[in-house]
Amino acid sequence: MVKKFKIYTALTLLVLGLVFLGIGCAEKNSEGSSQVKETTSNAAPATETSAVESRSITLKGSDTVLPLAQAEAEEFMAENSDKSVTVTGGGSGVGIAALIDGEVDIAAASREMKDAEMKSAKANGVNPVETTIAYDGISVVVNPKNPVSELSFDQLRGIYNGNISNWKDVGGEDKKIVVITRDSSSGTYEYFKEDVLKGDEYRPDALTQPATGGIVGEVSQNANAIGYIGVAYLDDTVKALSLDAGKGAQAPSSENILSGAYPLSRGLYFYTNGEPSGLTKEFIDFVLSETGQSLVTEVGYFPLKK
Amino acid sequence: MFNRNYKEKTIESVLFSVSVLTVVILFLICLFLFRDSLLLFKETSLLDFLTGKFWYPTSVNRQFGLLPLLLGSLIVTAGAIIFAVPLGIASAIYISEIAPPKVAEALKPFIEILAGIPSVVFGFFGLVILVPIVKDLFNLPTGQTALTGSIMLGIMSLPTIITISEDAISSVPSTIKHGSLALGATRWQTIYKVIVPAALSGISAAVMLGIGRAIGETMTLMMVTGNTAVIPSFPEGILDPVRTMTATIALEMGEVPQGSAHFHALFAVGTVLFIITFLINLIADLIKKRYRFKVD
Repeated sequence: MVKKFKIYTALTLLVLGLVFLGIGCAEKNSEGSSQVKETTSNAAPATETSAVESRSITLKGSDTVLPLAQAEAEEFMAENSDKSVTVTGGGSGVGIAALIDGEVDIAAASREMKDAEMKSAKANGVNPVETTIAYDGISVVVNPKNPVSELSFDQLRGIYNGNISNWKDVGGEDKKIVVITRDSSSGTYEYFKEDVLKGDEYRPDALTQPATGGIVGEVSQNANAIGYIGVAYLDDTVKALSLDAGKGAQAPSSENILSGAYPLSRGLYFYTNGEPSGLTKEFIDFVLSETGQSLVTEVGYFPLKK
Repeated sequence: MFNRNYKEKTIESVLFSVSVLTVVILFLICLFLFRDSLLLFKETSLLDFLTGKFWYPTSVNRQFGLLPLLLGSLIVTAGAIIFAVPLGIASAIYISEIAPPKVAEALKPFIEILAGIPSVVFGFFGLVILVPIVKDLFNLPTGQTALTGSIMLGIMSLPTIITISEDAISSVPSTIKHGSLALGATRWQTIYKVIVPAALSGISAAVMLGIGRAIGETMTLMMVTGNTAVIPSFPEGILDPVRTMTATIALEMGEVPQGSAHFHALFAVGTVLFIITFLINLIADLIKKRYRFKVD
């Protein structure tokens, strides 16, 4: 009986020990990334030099850029079988944090870096350099049955910040507007908040959808709904509105987005620590090349102007 | 002989350590959950968190008010229970007392299949079929409402309620039942005056576990309730969009910067959820224990 008890005790302690060992390791990693903002010691320059020599680089960031980066990396690796590019998503903020931390060679972002991020990068000895790789357009969509087909920027802002709640105020029927937004993890949510709401809050009674598919689904069923989605996601079940930012109403066509006439277009960016060099430069050059830019069109975004 | 003993002991110890590991894992999860949520209260007071009326996690003037989320969870769960309890108990009574054995045997697998459907499938069904129906039926601006979530959640918690209530009803000793029938009571009188009261604590435990299942559900609700973080009015708020605690965590964890106040706020919401489910399970357990006494 006593012997049995001893064996149990020993085994339990062993298991406990292993568990804590595992936790100890995990702890170090998570602490490392969460303390990025405060620490001034840097591991970042090491990554830069290793990128020059190594045959593999890592890229992390925006989910909007993800399909594009994935396609570019696959094509790049097909052409250079001895080199590898690892692509992960997670969101623009996640990618930028990883770059500041020196964990990745390239951060992909669907928005420009914020001042606070720039500051913590500088404090960490990282010098982010921005490269625009493509453009993306955001279209505002309504149900095809909705008579409204254009909105001014102020009307759009009013609808989203809560000042306008009825379609009759913007030239439609006397119906309550059902406002749909994305969840706060979305880069599009942040972009829209910055460019359309200009610092206002989203109205608290807006429906929040976890994915672009949810917005398309609700708008296609609901004659009173309004939502915003990436132009790549437009289809026949919803109607894209023309937007007027003071220069007349512009439809979200590829010409208008490329010329900048359509007000809701944004750049997609790669951020590197310092001017890209070595394999990082090779990859970015590939993305900017003719082959790379034709992939941009294929994925559904808009290539850089030539 | 020695060899056999040795083998047996090894097996025993392995099994023992595996079960201890479960406890250790649970303990560690609690530890991390509590530790990370406590960090929130460096920035926000506990009172502001518990009684705050606004959930604006990403604004400049950010506010972490639990109330809209808590009440959202409660209203959806309450709706689900109102819908699922009568249906579940009625089904359990039918299966264990009224249905011919062949019918009961045929029905049981279907209830088990209902329990096995992934919640995202329920969510998709709700979004495509139920949302437009609710919208047209009540003439609402949108069909993504607490009611839609309640109905879906009710369907999802039915298997739990039916299976456990049925267990409780079947384990009422047949002597009691036969005694009642022998005294001249009809079958229906026996069911509602004798069997159901005798199984009542088991049925209550089933209801509590059903609530526990409902309050922790995430995917389905995220897809059909509209996720609007405003305090629902009662009772007409059942026809408005709401946002539950679970959906908030799932929606916002994606890009929340690690170590930020928002990150800790999500952990705090998780802790509240954990405490609620823990209490519900505890109550269910207590009720179950009382019920065992009665039958013995």
